[in-house]
Amino acid sequence: MNGAGKTTLVRILATQLAPTAGRAAIDGLDVVEDAAKIRRRIACIPQEARTIPWMTPKQTVLSYLLWRGADYGDAKRRASEALAQLGLETQENVLNRRLSGGTKRKVLVATVLSSDADIIFLDEPTTGLDPLSRQELWTSLTGLAEHRFLILTTHYLEEAERLADVIGILHEGKLVGLGTLDKLRSTLKYQYSLMVTSATELPGVKEGVVTRARTGQTQILADESEAYAISRALLEKGAKFSMSKVSLEDVFFHMVHRTAEEAQS
Amino acid sequence: MRAWAREVLASVLVNSIYEMKNYPVVLLNTVLSPLSFLIVITFVSRGQLIGEAIEGGFIMSMFQSGMSLQGDLSHLKNDFKLQDMVVSSPTTPSAYVTGMAIGEIIYSIPALAVLTILAAIYIHPGAIEALELLGVFLLMFLGSVALGFTLSTFSSDIVQSFAFSRLISTLFSTLPPVYYPITYIPTPFRYAAYLSPTTYAGEISQSATGLITLSSAEVALAWIILVGVSVSLLVVAVKKARWRDI
Repeated sequence: MNGAGKTTLVRILATQLAPTAGRAAIDGLDVVEDAAKIRRRIACIPQEARTIPWMTPKQTVLSYLLWRGADYGDAKRRASEALAQLGLETQENVLNRRLSGGTKRKVLVATVLSSDADIIFLDEPTTGLDPLSRQELWTSLTGLAEHRFLILTTHYLEEAERLADVIGILHEGKLVGLGTLDKLRSTLKYQYSLMVTSATELPGVKEGVVTRARTGQTQILADESEAYAISRALLEKGAKFSMSKVSLEDVFFHMVHRTAEEAQS
Repeated sequence: MRAWAREVLASVLVNSIYEMKNYPVVLLNTVLSPLSFLIVITFVSRGQLIGEAIEGGFIMSMFQSGMSLQGDLSHLKNDFKLQDMVVSSPTTPSAYVTGMAIGEIIYSIPALAVLTILAAIYIHPGAIEALELLGVFLLMFLGSVALGFTLSTFSSDIVQSFAFSRLISTLFSTLPPVYYPITYIPTPFRYAAYLSPTTYAGEISQSATGLITLSSAEVALAWIILVGVSVSLLVVAVKKARWRDI
């Protein structure tokens, strides 16, 4: 959600923004007191970061590595390796301004990939990308996450669902949920979701919630046995429907609404 | 120390070498800007003020380097989020700015080379005078770099930043008497000229090479003000520049 505080949180943790109150730490290191120690261990691609048009991908990665203290020869080799890892070896000497939006993002990912940082911040890295580029970047990020700790912010819930091991939900500057997807799901009373077209006559729902989904379809939230009972009834009627475990989107709206209700009461 | 040098090198590469290599046309502006005033002043004065114009060209080059730094750093910070990326790395602000400032000087090298040749032909200063001029130009550069860096860290909009950079350049390097003697300015306006540190830089340079005559006390006062302003700007940069946002 825009304005939830994702970027502010990342900028504070990545030591770019001084906190106005409270304390934040990474691996026990305070972001204010131990900023120099933290900076040796982190790398960050800020929101709206862009590649510099008058540089090539190789020059972009190489200069970033020099800023991190690598020697020139080593930086040159690591830059080529990181770009090759992301499939950009044939474009490493092409000016950034000639690259597609997705490739430019990959170049930025290559900068942090080439670094020795073990904690990497990515602030909305896929915003504005077409579905294909986003898929490609997801694959790159999955590879990157094999050996590093990635903190990624996004307002695409399917992205969080697909990429994250642990998900935090921020709403109006507060962390309203934190855990694995299953743990977050467990905070909901019902674990299953059935989607049917709004014109479908619904069978009796003994225990569950019937709502209108944002897609305009009717959504039934129910426990496992009730969900299967409803799906059998729908099949007998020949109705079209889909059934799945509740999504992160369901969890998100549940948590955000609960927080809003708690604030009201 | 070696890591610091590599960090400086990264800034030099990004701010000058790569840009010059990939977009050589950007060099033309930095060469033409100080030389164009020199040419105009020389023609208008029928060659009378060529010495002042050459020294003015040096002062403008050095001062503009700092002001260009402000524009370039703001551009890199706001449009590419480079400062944020670099803040979240082991790089120190001093390495980042030093490299970026050297990058600006590299851009000025062609103009400085032309000016040096002209100075050797038309002013032919001795070793002491040359050192004095070098000191003045270096102070101008340090002060303007400090001012440029500080301002860039506060900027959040590149259009405003470039406008501000041009305004400061005009106020401090075009209008004040750096291309001509201060005696050419009518008395009431002369006081306004003394608000600009470049006026003192112009006075010291012109006096050192015998283009104007100043008493020892006036020269000493000009040095004190110039050093004071430069040191103050450096202190402000160290204390107030927003490397990490607040």
